[in-house]
Formats: sequence, structure tokens, C-alpha cells
Amino acid sequence: MKIERREFLKLAGLSAIFGLGGTAIAASVQQTPSYIPDPKELTGKRWALVINMDKFKTDADVKRVIEVCHTKHNVPNIPNPKQEVKWIFTEMMENVFPEQQDKYLTEHYKHMPFLTLCNHCANPPCVRVCPTQATFKRKSDGIVMMDMHRCIGCRFCMAGCPYGARSLNWIDPRPYLDPKKINPEFPTRMKGVVEKCTLCYELIAVGKIPACAEASNGAIVFGDLEDPKSEVRKVLAETYTIRRKPELGTRPSVYYVIGGMKDAGKGA
Amino acid sequence: MYNGGKIILGLIVFIGLMAAPFIFGLGKGNAKPNPSIDTPAIKAMEKKQCVEAKAVMKTEHMKMLNDWRDSVVRDGKRLYVATDGKKYDMSLQNTCMKCHSNKAQFCDKCHIYVGAKPYCWDCHIAPKEGA
Repeated sequence: MKIERREFLKLAGLSAIFGLGGTAIAASVQQTPSYIPDPKELTGKRWALVINMDKFKTDADVKRVIEVCHTKHNVPNIPNPKQEVKWIFTEMMENVFPEQQDKYLTEHYKHMPFLTLCNHCANPPCVRVCPTQATFKRKSDGIVMMDMHRCIGCRFCMAGCPYGARSLNWIDPRPYLDPKKINPEFPTRMKGVVEKCTLCYELIAVGKIPACAEASNGAIVFGDLEDPKSEVRKVLAETYTIRRKPELGTRPSVYYVIGGMKDAGKGA
Repeated sequence: MYNGGKIILGLIVFIGLMAAPFIFGLGKGNAKPNPSIDTPAIKAMEKKQCVEAKAVMKTEHMKMLNDWRDSVVRDGKRLYVATDGKKYDMSLQNTCMKCHSNKAQFCDKCHIYVGAKPYCWDCHIAPKEGA
């Protein structure tokens, strides 16, 4: 049978139309799967923490909080300080609040290790500089998230962050995890990605508060900054609080209480 | 033809060499991978049903895992409503691997066969095998 070129093109066109239409019909018949948030999820517009340094009486209190966070998230314990990875850690007051430095400052605070972590800024410089949007601000609740799958390890975010809250995995972190304490429900990271605190988004998603707040015995208060009835707002209304380097315009969501929540206004 | 004999001989040797892997491999064929679903969690299931139908999982799991990842990490939506209406926590470590706790006998079987090297396990923790 001889087929004209014209006939052939007609046939081909028709079968293409049928082919496309057919798959479209098949797709519409089947119910398409969908994604929904967990109904247990805590909802807030901008999560914040208030850290009351006066409630951290001993080094053990601080260590316990760090330990809980780092174990939960499989943060490696790398001894070389140039390669270490940290989510929540301590710094001396002169480093946490360099602008508050004063020769005559209470000795107690001068030598006190301050807990510090990602500030989950409202205007985060790390997000602005990330070339792959591996770090991004969640529109729903203001958490500055990390998408490890996208991170290319360029460290722009580390340069951008004025709080030193980010760590690069210079080496494979797995050998530095305690095999007995590994949390099988959370991933580790790999060499070449930057990591930091994610405000326990995985706990918030199932209705729990961040691990540091949970383990702090009330020294760290967690809540929604935009909700006037939240616990965080109550503390902020009653107590004088400070934030790290507010003059940079990053608008941190982590507040510090120094000098007693109850004795606010009377001085330390 | 100059040196015709040598050229023809050379050609025969060349073709022989090139074809050798095919000739020696004739009829042998690699055994089709047979991923095992023989795990305690799957054995305990009344109806052995994955998140979606077997055929869909076979061909689409890689795309599905990518979609799950994007939904959980980027959109914060972590429940998957499957075609049959059942809900699943979208988590490689906490959902997939809870049933398929035999990575070496399940994932690796096909991945090695087809030479796929997914980087999931650089970060995600595989279940302890033999447990």
C-alpha cells in the first residue's frame, strides 16, 4: 500500500491528538495524591525564643540544653575548633554583645557563657546571599530553614550571618557521632554542606516545642511573636530584653533577659 | 590491495576483540534483580500494600521521593494523602525504611543492577540490618 505524504501527516497528527487526550482522561479519572500539613502542627506567624540567662545557674544547665539539641539532631562532636559544627553553643558576653562591653560591668556577666543560636531573623542576611535558596525563610512561621539537598557549600551565608550561627561540614561528620546516641529519626549531614539550628521545625510540625526550650526548665521561652497572648509576648511586655546586634537591621527573633525577669527595672 | 592479507587478518582480529564481550556473554544474561520485601514489618501486614500500587512505586518512587522532599522541607506539608485516601508521614527514614528495613536487599538490589547511585544515604540514616 502506498501512502501519500499528506495522508501520513494527517494520520500522525490525529494519533498524536488521541494519544494526548487519552492520557489526560486517564489522569483525571484517578484521584491525584495531595500533600497536607500535619493537623498536630503548632501554628504561629513568627516563632521566637526568650532566653533568660539568669535561670542558667550552673554550667551543667547550659550543657544539658546543648546536649539535648545536638543529640536530637545528630550534630557531630568534632574536637578541632576550626572544623566544629554547632547549632546551639556558648560564647562569652563580650562576643555575644560586643557593643555592651564595659570595664565596670558586673563580673558575673563578664565571665558568663551566653547561650547563642540562629536568631531566625525577620530580615535574614544569610537568605539574601544564598545563591541556591538552600536557606530560606518560611513564609508561614518565619523559621529560617535549611534545605540540605540544595546546599552547595559556598559559605556565603556564613559570611553573611553576623552571629556566627552557621557551620560548614569541612569533613564527613558521621565518624564524629556517638554511635550509641545517634537519633535514627533525624538525618545526619554530609561533607560540604552548611548547617545551623532550624528551630526544631520537625518537632513544631508534630505539635511539640523546640528541644532547647523543653530541656531548659523554663529558662528558654518559646512562642509566637505576632500573637499578643503568647508566652513570649507576655515576657517581652513585663521584662526588659535585648537582642543581638539589632543595629544591623536583621531583626532577630531571639531575645535575652539579663538581670532577672522578676526584678526587671530594679537592676541586676 | 597492498598487504591485503594483513589488513583482512587485522580486521578479523579487531572485530573478534570488539565482539568478544558479546560472544562470551551470550545466553548468560544478568539475573533480573529481585528486591526482597521480606521484613518483619511487611510480614506483619495483613494486606501487603505500599503507599501506592506496586507498579507506580516501581516506576515513580524516585520522582515521588523528590516531591516528598520538596513538600516537607520547603512547604512544611508533611502528610501524604495517597490515591486510596490513606495518610502517610512523608519521611524516608521514618516511613519508607520502617517497612523496608532491608536496604541491602531492597533498595540496593535494583540500584546496583542499573548503576543508579542515589545520594540519599550520605545524610539519611539507613536502618540497622539484621535487627
